[in-house]
Amino acid sequence: MAKGVKPRVKVPKTAAAGETITIKTLISHKMESGQRKDGDGNIIPRSIINRFTTDFNGQNVIDVTIEPAVSTNPYFQFEAVVPEAGEFKFTWYDDDGSVYEETKKVAIG
Amino acid sequence: MTEVSRRAALTLGTGTLAYVALTGMPVFASATDEMIAAVTGGAEAVDGGIDVIAPEIAENGNTVPIEVSAPGAASITILATGNPNPGVATFNFGPLAGSRSASTRIRLARTQDVIAVAQMEDGTFRKASANVKVTIGGCGG
Repeated sequence: MAKGVKPRVKVPKTAAAGETITIKTLISHKMESGQRKDGDGNIIPRSIINRFTTDFNGQNVIDVTIEPAVSTNPYFQFEAVVPEAGEFKFTWYDDDGSVYEETKKVAIG
Repeated sequence: MTEVSRRAALTLGTGTLAYVALTGMPVFASATDEMIAAVTGGAEAVDGGIDVIAPEIAENGNTVPIEVSAPGAASITILATGNPNPGVATFNFGPLAGSRSASTRIRLARTQDVIAVAQMEDGTFRKASANVKVTIGGCGG
């Protein structure tokens, strides 16, 4: 498991039923591209987050396939519809098999 | 005796020019088209119906903000034509997606065209591109 991986997600605490909200996500990760070389000229092996998904109450919002060309600390901003009160579940999948998860509750108000 | 009119001579001239222009292009065009074909599975992608918002000049190629938006798209793929691997990211939109748009930050090795290819809900493909000038490349090496 890569060190110092910390997900950060920004979701409004409340929303009107059926409202479209903006979500911002960021996870601290090196995203080693597999193109760089170390001091001795050896290629540093690839180690990235290859997939990111967001679900709301089990329904999919967005599913992103990520290649090494996404920057360090991958950031995503997108919009989601909130049909009812519930919970967003964010999942990041690492090359090394690790899975990082974060959840955020949204109330109707 | 056949008379070669001025008009005929001109048509012949422009025709030759067009031929040269067409045969000169493919070296560059085919590489890009191949990348797009890899996404579409050979289907043709039509220009328009999709927006790519990227800075004209990116000082640091390590983190270039980019936004794509295509109303009615089921998925959007971003390609960087000048990177060692052209693939960047694919956004697949689910039933609760609020809009068919997303932003992220990407790495660009050098000055190049960034292409977005959208697969629409009816199965057709749309594409758009944006040229980004990169001052410092972002792929190490």
